[in-house]
Amino acid sequence: MSVSSTATAPAVEHSPTPLLKRLLLKPEMGAIAGAVVVWIIFAILAGDRGFLSARGTANYLEVSAELGILAIAVALLMIGGEFDLSVGSTIGACGMIIAILSAEYGWNYWMAVVAALVVAVLIGVVNGIVVDKTGLPSFIVTLAMLFMIRGATIGVTREITGRTQVGGLKELSGFESAQKVFASDIHLFGTNWAISIVWWLVLTLVATWILLRTKFGNWIPGVGGGLQAARNLGVPTTRVKVTLFVCTAVAAWLVATIQVTSFGGADVLRGTYREFYAIVAVVIGGTLLTGGYGSALGAALGALIFGMVQQGIIFAGIDADWFQFVLGGMLLAAVLINRFVRSRAVLVR
Amino acid sequence: MSAETATPLLRVSGAGKSFGAVTALERVDIEVFPGQITGLVGDNGAGKSTLIKIISGVHQADSGLVEFDGREVSFASAAEARAAGIETVFQDLALAGNMSVWANIYLGRERTTSFGFLDKKGMSQSARQMLEQFRMNVPPIDAPVAALSGGQRQAIAIARAAAWGSKLIIMDEPTAALGVGETAAVEEVIRGLRDQGYGLLIISHNLDQVFRLADRITVLRRGRYVGSRMTSETTPEKIVAMITGAQTGMGAG
Ligand SMILES: Nc1ncnc2c1ncn2[C@@H]1O[C@H](COP(=O)(O)OP(=O)(O)O)[C@@H](O)[C@H]1O
Ligand SMILES: [Mg+2]
Repeated sequence: MSVSSTATAPAVEHSPTPLLKRLLLKPEMGAIAGAVVVWIIFAILAGDRGFLSARGTANYLEVSAELGILAIAVALLMIGGEFDLSVGSTIGACGMIIAILSAEYGWNYWMAVVAALVVAVLIGVVNGIVVDKTGLPSFIVTLAMLFMIRGATIGVTREITGRTQVGGLKELSGFESAQKVFASDIHLFGTNWAISIVWWLVLTLVATWILLRTKFGNWIPGVGGGLQAARNLGVPTTRVKVTLFVCTAVAAWLVATIQVTSFGGADVLRGTYREFYAIVAVVIGGTLLTGGYGSALGAALGALIFGMVQQGIIFAGIDADWFQFVLGGMLLAAVLINRFVRSRAVLVR
Repeated sequence: MSAETATPLLRVSGAGKSFGAVTALERVDIEVFPGQITGLVGDNGAGKSTLIKIISGVHQADSGLVEFDGREVSFASAAEARAAGIETVFQDLALAGNMSVWANIYLGRERTTSFGFLDKKGMSQSARQMLEQFRMNVPPIDAPVAALSGGQRQAIAIARAAAWGSKLIIMDEPTAALGVGETAAVEEVIRGLRDQGYGLLIISHNLDQVFRLADRITVLRRGRYVGSRMTSETTPEKIVAMITGAQTGMGAG
């Protein structure tokens, strides 16, 4: 049917959204400002104690990178309307799988890494399908998974090794080449930068590109902000959700691989609390807890802030015990500021 | 009316549907003509939503015949019905609140450049043109739909339904959540679609609205077909009587 223009259309308003409002509508604006503020604070508090040096920068960026890799994937999932509380346990499980298969069973290190990846993908698929088919909140489903995965990791590890830590991976076959990919340093500006920083930056770019420039990326806020609408419009909602859960689990696998390869060993408790830190970074990055709106770049910046604060406190000589207090306070402040800015910016009519 | 002799765009005859022991629909007929509006009325639980879900491919009828555009059809999914030219605007939940106007219009049918990237510019431009065709105030195309009024949002959902080469547009309570002014604006969009030749099937609880908009009215009661009337040949009192069962009369009026 031809859709011809009717002459009765009333005067049409062509008011383009003002630039400032457009910028304020960008979810990551708060995190950009926050990162600058936090950097300035620690530049003042700890500038003369190494925070501003290349070494200090490399130090906090490594912390930021390990959280950032996780947070980027968690951001995509949260924009898609779901939580994943099982990522921390998945880090522990993947690390242990790599360590046990290579150290206890003599697998080539790379084969062990791939086996852990397969398990991570399975965890993601299970999370996604259970959430999608049962309609239960992902908060509950992945909370259950958090405990099940952690418990199984500890149980199986103790059963096989009698311990809760496995070390001595550095001599194994394949370890050295894996080290180059996951745990090497890049020498620049007179100091060593962890390669995980490169992973973090690349993943930030990839995730941002997916979110803003691909069909799949357009489906993510669609599924998160209007599940029924997206389904009615023919978006493959199950596929989108399962894929996002697989992404978070695979991000956990990558973090685990980086950690195990850096330390040359694994601990069943690795990754504890990481699920919450990731959510903190994502929320600081401007992503809404209710889904449908957010930014991968914001999550990466949230992780940057996290790293700067965690290491900056140490540089400043403040007792590290205060880190969690500051973190919680920042989370609250970020949510309030983001909400305020957004409520202003949304009034575009 | 000459429409009586024209071929209907949609003709459902003798449709039946049960959910387990519950008979939701029994021998229901309905017709929609191009360039006309059919109003579907009935009390809660009368089977209105079930009927439109059959037409839009969400449910499959147990019995009866659905003819669309001159052919007998049986849609296995909403996607098939959509591909054939049937669009449905569901009661609410039609838009993703934090996405921009254009992203909502193109959700599920994103346009990409030859490199496979989203063609944002092209989509926001044609989204604006699309909305300009209907009798509506075009909201800022980059704004999140959450920032718009309920009427603007519903108009966008309706415009989106009309924008894809569809022939039949089905609406379930399109103005149920709207105020008076917004309802009037959405009704204007609906009339615009009718004038452009679309066939429209509208469920509404608001009989005044049905009499303002519809060319013909089909009444269901407890899953059964009560009858169809030309709006010009009936009165709200008679329709109320059909809805409540004070009067039953089979066959088209
Ligand atoms: N998916 C379903 N499963 C079981 N019963 C249903 C289902 N959908 C509708 N029904 C039943 O079919 C009848 C008609 O419902 P519906 O079509 O929603 O009516 P209306 O939209 O006119 O209020 C009701 O008795 C309802 O309970
Ligand atoms: Mg209904």
